Amino acid sequence: MIEVRELCREFAVTTRTGRFRRTRRTVRAVDSVSFDVAAGEAVGYVGPNGAGKSTTIKMLTGILVPTSGHVRVSGVDPSRSRRELTRRIGVVFGQRSQLWWDLPLRDSFDLLRAIYRVGAADYARRLRECVELLELSGFLDRPVRQLSLGQRMRGEVTASLLHGPELLVLDEPTIGLDLESKERLREFLADLNTTRGTTLLLTTHDLDDIERLCPRLVVIDRGTVLADGPLEELRAEVAPERVLVVDLEKPADPLGDLAGVVAVRSELGGLRQHLTFRRDETTAAALIAAVATRAEVHDLVVEEPEIDDVVRRLYARR
Amino acid sequence: MRSYAQLALAGFRRYSNYRQAMFAGLAANVMFGLLRTAVMIAVVGAAPVAGYDVPAAVAYVWLGQGLLAFVQLWGDARLAGRIRTGDVVVDLYRPWHLQAALFAEDVGRAGFSLFVRLVPPVLVGALLFPFQWPEVAAWPLFAVSALLALVVSFGLRFLVNATAFWLLDSRGVESFHVVATSAFCGLGVPLSFFPDWAQDVLWATPFPAIIQAPIDVYLSHDPQWTALGHQLFWAVVLSVAGHLVLQRAVRKVVVQGG
Amino acid sequence: MGDRIYPKLVAARLRGQMSYRVSFALECLGQAFAQAIELVVILVVFSRVDALGGFSASEVVLLYAFAGTAFGIADLVAGQLNELPDYIRTGKFDVLLLRPLGTLPQVMASDVRLRRAGRVAAGIITMAFALTHNDIAWSPWTVLLVVVTPLAGAVIFSAVWIVACAVSFWLVEAQELANAVTHGSNSFTSYPITVYSGWLRRFMAFVVPGAFVAYYPGLALLGRADPLGGPAFLGWIAPLVALAAACVAGLVWRFAVRHYRGTGS
Repeated sequence: MIEVRELCREFAVTTRTGRFRRTRRTVRAVDSVSFDVAAGEAVGYVGPNGAGKSTTIKMLTGILVPTSGHVRVSGVDPSRSRRELTRRIGVVFGQRSQLWWDLPLRDSFDLLRAIYRVGAADYARRLRECVELLELSGFLDRPVRQLSLGQRMRGEVTASLLHGPELLVLDEPTIGLDLESKERLREFLADLNTTRGTTLLLTTHDLDDIERLCPRLVVIDRGTVLADGPLEELRAEVAPERVLVVDLEKPADPLGDLAGVVAVRSELGGLRQHLTFRRDETTAAALIAAVATRAEVHDLVVEEPEIDDVVRRLYARR
Repeated sequence: MRSYAQLALAGFRRYSNYRQAMFAGLAANVMFGLLRTAVMIAVVGAAPVAGYDVPAAVAYVWLGQGLLAFVQLWGDARLAGRIRTGDVVVDLYRPWHLQAALFAEDVGRAGFSLFVRLVPPVLVGALLFPFQWPEVAAWPLFAVSALLALVVSFGLRFLVNATAFWLLDSRGVESFHVVATSAFCGLGVPLSFFPDWAQDVLWATPFPAIIQAPIDVYLSHDPQWTALGHQLFWAVVLSVAGHLVLQRAVRKVVVQGG
Repeated sequence: MGDRIYPKLVAARLRGQMSYRVSFALECLGQAFAQAIELVVILVVFSRVDALGGFSASEVVLLYAFAGTAFGIADLVAGQLNELPDYIRTGKFDVLLLRPLGTLPQVMASDVRLRRAGRVAAGIITMAFALTHNDIAWSPWTVLLVVVTPLAGAVIFSAVWIVACAVSFWLVEAQELANAVTHGSNSFTSYPITVYSGWLRRFMAFVVPGAFVAYYPGLALLGRADPLGGPAFLGWIAPLVALAAACVAGLVWRFAVRHYRGTGS
């Protein structure tokens, strides 16, 4: 579905170096990136801010022309066959709207139907499915400007699916959404991928998105691919530690001697302790049980390494 | 007082960041200056009209081109935008007088455009065409007059923006303001070209204070004191009106919570 | 453009605008007023002089009416291009690139500022006045000229608009430069080109083909010879000039979008 080989993209950047002097230099935002996405896959494309994610997405969707390299999306060259590509893929930008701000949601859908020349029957079927699964019926007739972010996002996703794309590209789809909206959206996308076979490619900062949706992860930083594989594998490989944070009823001495704990940080005079443990040496459940034998636990939470943390470790490892 | 000076300085710096826009605006001013000069010379070239010979007409055109940016003739809708979004509440609860603060910022902006938008077009006009320079005594009076023009222009813009406190969408009023100002301020054609009755009507409005009055002072047309008096009168009236309107607006925002 | 997509887009915009009725009415009136003001300037000038560049008051008003009507139509059709810098800054332009339509018609249809209709209305009324106050030899040909001239002029102005705004792909903050060219060419065409001289006339009359918006068709309609010695057929070729201008504008736009996608933001 997606075929990327040695993809490069350079930008000329001018910086003001003196009061009047400016220097131009070339920055490589994407530096020989290669990966493939097969039909029906769901892939997370992650990396810290400025890593080159958006630039890659823009090249995959035909907005930007690559400086060099080879791209095929859905069988066509995005930069040459932009219009043809737009009929085959759907794109959702978390921070840009494709809806008409002052019109009811339904009117936006109707306009998109005309723009993509979707047949009446197909349109009705797809819209019905989305309305049902994303629960749009309550606000279909409300102007987009009056929708909450979560409602708008559901509208955006629907808008990008009306022409029945075989690939859906999502750039930060869950950014800024509340937990419930995030969850609903993830559920919908997972269903779209598994039952309808729509290929998904999404960029995100939210590890939960990846965990719920993407069996596979492509990690990019400073324009190059750092890793490509299943999330669990990557995490076990580069970030085998998790952190158990316990709030105790009474202050206690640091619990660093428990089996499997490799580091401990104590706060509030021992009332809250951050216990870092290796997942290959113990489990969260075993550790919680061990803590309970030593002190009365008031509250606890298990923290996974943040995606930025995973990337940082991947980067440091090179 | 110190904080207002700081605001003025901030206004100066803020606008100095938009260099590209400033130079584009300057190019636009010069372009229109050239077109208008051609028309004015065609009008007064054969014989002086209503006190304007060619050098005076050229000075009239290029001073007008410079002043329109200095006084921000086409208006600005920043305050109206902040009122619409509700951000204005933040501005109202700061320890300042909002009107004075905005004016201080506008002085800074005008200060910057003095160098980029007022002086350069005047120099271009003076270099390319026969140009009338003012009498020595007129210089300080012109400086005062330009400043009063700024006060009047700001006063009008503030009132227009403040209508957003009551109207949901003040863009209609804004566009009317722009049209009325550019029509009656003496930018298109010197007001002394109008028939006498129309001149009387126009000088009864604040608009000539923005462009025509400073130009009259510069060219020493008519008694300069009447032009300055007209400007001073409207500067005071509009400032006081702005203050009163703001007071009512604050009461409205406080009582109704926006 | 064969199907009904663009009418649909335009209709959608109109529905959107109607939600602010009072503001809409005021702006419509304001536009008509703005157009009328320029007429007042011309009349005031002619209260002091008898001729301008060799043309009488009623003749200049005719040129002004042609120019104003054409500019009003162009503003209606192409005025949305003024939003282009904003589209580029906010990434809205990228969204347009993700649709199976050309970017130029999408930008142009993205908003139809119907309030500009006020300007067109004022222009047409002035035109009616000017046509009855000039000595015109009426024939099917001159009638055709009267109908075609504002339309050809609108195409020329739209082309100018497109080229001027395409500069935004390089200079995002330079909108005023584009305004200078679009509104400047409107001012230029409102007066006989004999008023101007030197490179300014050459540039605005022939590079920006402003002379074909009102001046040459006006001469043909009035049955006057060109004081500058131009051949008579120039009055009849405005549609061809408009076509050429539109082609150039299309090419410039393509080049600009290619630059945008090549350089990006």
